[in-house]
Amino acid sequence: FVRMRFEEMPTNRFVESSFWNFDALFQPQQHPARDAHDTFFVTRPEKTSGERFPADYLERVGAVHEDGGYGSIGYRYNWKLSEAEKNILRTHTTAVSSRMLYKLAKKFEKEGKFTPMRYFSIDRVFRNESVDKTHLAEFHQCEGLVADYNLSLAHLIGTVEQFFRNIGMTDIKFKPAYNPYTEPSMEIFALHPGLGKWLEIGNSGIFRPEMLRPMGLPEGVSVIAWGLSLERPTMILYGVDNIRDLFGHKVDLDMMKTNPICRIGL
Amino acid sequence: LSTSKELGKVYTDEEFEDVCFDFGIELDDVTTEKQMERNELGLSKSDMDVDNEEEEEIIYKIDIPANRYDLLCLEGISRALRIFQGKQETPTFVKEVVAGNEVQTMHIKPETALIRPHVVCATLRNVTFTAESYKSFIDLQDKLHQNLCRQRTLVAIGTHDLDTLKGPFRYEALPPEKIVFTPLKQTKDFNAKDLMEFYKTDQKLKQYLHIIEDSPVFPVIYDSNDTVLSLPPIINGAHSAITLDTKNVFIECTATDHTKANVVLNTVVTMFSQYCAKPFTVEPVNVVDQFGAERMYPNLDLVEFEVKQKDICKAIGVELSSEHISDLLRKMQLLVEPKEEETTGGSLIVKVPPTRSDILHACDIYEDVAIAWGYNNIVKQVPKTMTYGKEFPLNQLSDLLRAEMAMVGFTEILTWALCSLKENFEYVRREHLAETAVTIGNPKTLDFEVCRTSLLPCALKTLAANKDAPVPIKLFELSDVILISEEHETGAKNERRLLALFSGKESGFEVIHGVLNRIMQVLGVPVELGDKMTNPEAYSWKESQDKTFFPDRQATVMYKKKEIGIFGVVHPEVLKAFDIVYPCSALEINIEPFCFDQHGNEILE
Repeated sequence: FVRMRFEEMPTNRFVESSFWNFDALFQPQQHPARDAHDTFFVTRPEKTSGERFPADYLERVGAVHEDGGYGSIGYRYNWKLSEAEKNILRTHTTAVSSRMLYKLAKKFEKEGKFTPMRYFSIDRVFRNESVDKTHLAEFHQCEGLVADYNLSLAHLIGTVEQFFRNIGMTDIKFKPAYNPYTEPSMEIFALHPGLGKWLEIGNSGIFRPEMLRPMGLPEGVSVIAWGLSLERPTMILYGVDNIRDLFGHKVDLDMMKTNPICRIGL
Repeated sequence: LSTSKELGKVYTDEEFEDVCFDFGIELDDVTTEKQMERNELGLSKSDMDVDNEEEEEIIYKIDIPANRYDLLCLEGISRALRIFQGKQETPTFVKEVVAGNEVQTMHIKPETALIRPHVVCATLRNVTFTAESYKSFIDLQDKLHQNLCRQRTLVAIGTHDLDTLKGPFRYEALPPEKIVFTPLKQTKDFNAKDLMEFYKTDQKLKQYLHIIEDSPVFPVIYDSNDTVLSLPPIINGAHSAITLDTKNVFIECTATDHTKANVVLNTVVTMFSQYCAKPFTVEPVNVVDQFGAERMYPNLDLVEFEVKQKDICKAIGVELSSEHISDLLRKMQLLVEPKEEETTGGSLIVKVPPTRSDILHACDIYEDVAIAWGYNNIVKQVPKTMTYGKEFPLNQLSDLLRAEMAMVGFTEILTWALCSLKENFEYVRREHLAETAVTIGNPKTLDFEVCRTSLLPCALKTLAANKDAPVPIKLFELSDVILISEEHETGAKNERRLLALFSGKESGFEVIHGVLNRIMQVLGVPVELGDKMTNPEAYSWKESQDKTFFPDRQATVMYKKKEIGIFGVVHPEVLKAFDIVYPCSALEINIEPFCFDQHGNEILE
């Protein structure tokens, strides 16, 4: 990432408010991912007080969910501050991306000109899943984004291809997908030479205007982003079939010592 | 679905998978009814009856995007795919009253505002059901109930045989005892209060009872003969149940969310009006609300978006003419009317049909153009702007320290941040600190009650899980713990810690002490021996009485007058709690105070 001129985001914040994790990303409050089934809700500290969110931005976010604006018809439901205040363990590192983009917008407001940025992060996220061979309650996500004028799907494809080539995957293709906060969205598939199968290795898209415009990012600036989990590709690459062999206290110390150096990208 | 019937030709599984891939849906599995049964029972092919296996209908399991409610049924998917392949034009849905029929009316009474304020309705005339389309009709309602309706809490659908009823209809909310009817699948009358009790043991319905059971009034729909159509969102009445012979269908969607009620109603009628004698016609229903205002439903109006041809090209990175864009959008069920100033590389008016409720903004239209063009046909470009790569300072520091720890012969571990209250406090003899941890509500796995406030329990668990490892065992972890902190925005913060653990035939106290000295050495922090703490840039240690460690064999680490960590021989009771046999020593320090640059300036916010 650093080689590709990306700056690392500060992701050392596991407890996040629903506001930055969901609402700022234009993910509606009735979305199934915000269910207690999928998300860890924190009981102490239970919520982030609404006063701690930037007041005018908070208002614009609520408004775009309820009525739309910036060319959108919105979701047309009653947006509640109390939902946004609920604390959770972050479900994706995109929560940090939303904070960084907001900061970037504030910088634009202050300086009068927009500074294009490339950001990345690699850190832990949490999902309320039952633990089994391929699922854990916590895992790692890798995310990259580019904010600049006039970025298109073609640029996203080019950037994503460059990234995956750097980690040893050269044969990739894209499939239409859906995320609440990106449109267009693309799932990224790579050809696994050993298995001869196309496997899903990541997700990507262009952030929706309903997410970017309330932050104050100027018209014409778009943000392309992509992400992948670390555990799954590692399991495929190393032929590990139980995720608990890779991460957690049950990892075999002997395996750790004897595993050879990583030659990907050499 | 049968590809030959729905798509006009026979596809192999791979070909069909490719069609799905390009469109944006995923062919998850190809199976048969019998195979699914086998899978459920965990049997292999030879264990069950293989008679007639060849004649078994192939079932495709298709994953669809969560915002495409029009793809929740066979009718929707096949129609969308045919339009995508240019084999069919997008239907125009018409609101029409077929001669000889009267528009139905639904009156909303004010009390419904207490429990479930909205209802929208529509009528489908002269429908012909087959066994398959009937099943599909029921399945679609189920799927909508699970997804968009959020388990019926937001919207509930009721479908009825109109010929068994007599309008006008009333949507009321009454005390439960006053509502008496024979529900679907029953043969005798119940009042709604008893019905709630009755359904408490019903596997399918008990999960919906909570939506209304505590309300003083329950929602209910009557016709003019006082026949109960339904008790939303629980159950319909048996009287108006739809059968294979039903010709005229009355649909009512009660809701707490008006927008979603409309999407649900539109989805049902746009999908199943294809079976009406005059396909794609829907008979409107007049809904009179509590203030007397009248509105006709369903609202099948096309939603208009004005998009500029050059914005589309800029967004997807491909040059396309307005005409080409129109053709592409047609494949995605979006109709285009070019605006007059075509010479100015002008705008297009895109008309979105009721099947595409997922279109909220022009960017949704850009995506459809790109899908129709083919994502993999887009020629890639790379953004040319110069930016500067750099790591987050704390992470860069962490990586440098990890290397140093490995160089002194310690093995890195990476453990979970979530653990149980017992592990994090009781087992390490820190019960008095139980209130300092971030707690989780209803985790699926009971072990995950709190976020860790120390890396020590995690390392001890790793040790316990590796009893076969040869001693001495030297582990380290450099990772975050989570602490309650009111001054931080969310009320909690991460803290980056280094933990080192030694386990062997002897406790290794001097080894752990040596690790501390070495780490401080590579951090460039001088040591000050003794308690005086006169050098602000130095670190020191002093004896402590922490219960986790052995008395007289432990010390806290001090830096800039603050306690930043602790080290010592781990207390035998702690070892016992974790089921560890060999003695251990551990060091745990907060490394954030050491995140400064080469000039000594702090760089952590």
